[in-house]
Amino acid sequence: MADTLTREIDEPVAPAAPALVRRERRTPMTYVLRLVAAAYLFFLVAWPVSLVATNTFDDGLGSIRALLEDPDVVVALQLSAYVAFFSVVINTVFGVGMSLLLVRYEFPGKRVLNALLDLPLSVSPIVVGLSLVLVYGGREGWLGPTFASWGFDVIFSAPGIIMATTFVALPLMIRELVPVLEEIGIEQEQAAESLGASAAQRFWRITLPSIKWGIVYGVVLTLARSLGEFGAVKVVSGNVLGQTRTATLVVEEKYLNFDQQGAYATAFLLAMVSVACIVVVAIIRPKNHA
Amino acid sequence: MIWFSALVLIPLMAVVVTAIDGGWDVFWSTITSGQTSAAIKLTVFTALGVTVVNVVMGPLIAWVLVRDRFWGKSALEVLIDIPFALPTIVAGLVLLSLYGPDSPLGIDIANQRPAVFLAFLFVTLPFVVRMVQPVLEELELDVEEAAASLGASRFTTFRRIILPSLAPAIAAGAALSFARGVSEYGSLVLLSGNLPFKTEVTSVRILSSIENDNVAAAAAVATVLLVISLTVIVLLDVIQRRVAARG
Repeated sequence: MADTLTREIDEPVAPAAPALVRRERRTPMTYVLRLVAAAYLFFLVAWPVSLVATNTFDDGLGSIRALLEDPDVVVALQLSAYVAFFSVVINTVFGVGMSLLLVRYEFPGKRVLNALLDLPLSVSPIVVGLSLVLVYGGREGWLGPTFASWGFDVIFSAPGIIMATTFVALPLMIRELVPVLEEIGIEQEQAAESLGASAAQRFWRITLPSIKWGIVYGVVLTLARSLGEFGAVKVVSGNVLGQTRTATLVVEEKYLNFDQQGAYATAFLLAMVSVACIVVVAIIRPKNHA
Repeated sequence: MIWFSALVLIPLMAVVVTAIDGGWDVFWSTITSGQTSAAIKLTVFTALGVTVVNVVMGPLIAWVLVRDRFWGKSALEVLIDIPFALPTIVAGLVLLSLYGPDSPLGIDIANQRPAVFLAFLFVTLPFVVRMVQPVLEELELDVEEAAASLGASRFTTFRRIILPSLAPAIAAGAALSFARGVSEYGSLVLLSGNLPFKTEVTSVRILSSIENDNVAAAAAVATVLLVISLTVIVLLDVIQRRVAARG
């Protein structure tokens, strides 16, 4: 027992860095491939994205300032942030719970559950919105009228938007945590249990610290996804100006109303957030997987 | 579990039940009506075409990222993830700025079919790359060198050694990108113009049914999409199992 304990608690010895002396064979093919890949990414991603930035700043900081002075836009940005916050909190709590369930316990239907968890990633956001309306719609949904009679509207108000957003971002946290949990195993927890730690103590002092980076990574991904959700939100929100219009809906609205500057500026703000998320992930990841 | 059912399973079941409610005839006539079937065909064929492009470009990009070393490589890494994190409506706007009416390249494909193709291509970019990359990283160089020392040409080595080990990852990535393509909505709103029979995709069709208060029709088309997603998921599960069994 003592052996296991010390071995597990000690920092795992870093494996000797594999000698990365690759015999570099630089044939013309290497350069062609490199060029093709770079050009493809440049035309498909880099150039378009950078154009949004230049379009936003065509006339200096004016368009951003105008945007932030528009009360409807400010409300929309606040709503987006608020919704994303709740979706991240809900998905974190339940994501940790579901991952523990999937990794630690055996139960009938586990494989089906595991497969179904991917569903939100591949179902169209419009279908997500439709399905939520069918169940929680105030007039003729399955559960909606009941909630409505309690004075609690789900669809066309903030709870519906939060549900739609949580739905689409659901698998991200779980997919991040499951491999981490599988890797750490349960020896440390068994050791702690044998030393008299309660379930809560084991969770807070052992499990949580070891999946910390997985959670951080999942939170960042969920945040990016939640802020950017458009299709599902469009169906459930009703798009009421100043009340249930989120930032992504503002982009569409402004563009369709020929306010290109405004659309580009809002898009730029959203793009900045998602690029920031990716960069954060890129910085965290090597530490985590080293 | 209960939370998962309340949020995901019950709503999705509601879609299917609503679709079946009207009876088989209504369901069938809805999805075979001219405009809807045109939308479904366009979506599925475009998604297939995009998947083919991804199957070629994905491994190629992954190969460059893993095996090559050059200045600016980490920037390319970040670029790959952008389509995944960028809000889809912003993605549409972004593509419109380069390939739309004010294009600095002089290419204007807005409101035409290539726009749908382009949008799908953008949003599905990360899938194959990200699936293939880890597998390629783990692949031992020794085997390739052994093959080369036995007289295999580079092409033969690639076909007989590298491709078979990448195949499951490529297949999984292709399935994901197909599913994502079929269900795409946000990036198309601004880019494709949603012209019936021409650039209207399935998701848009569902939305216009909802807005016309024709829930049964919306549910019927949604069920078709659901079936496609489920098929893809089952396929993925089978692929993963086969890989696990082999390893």
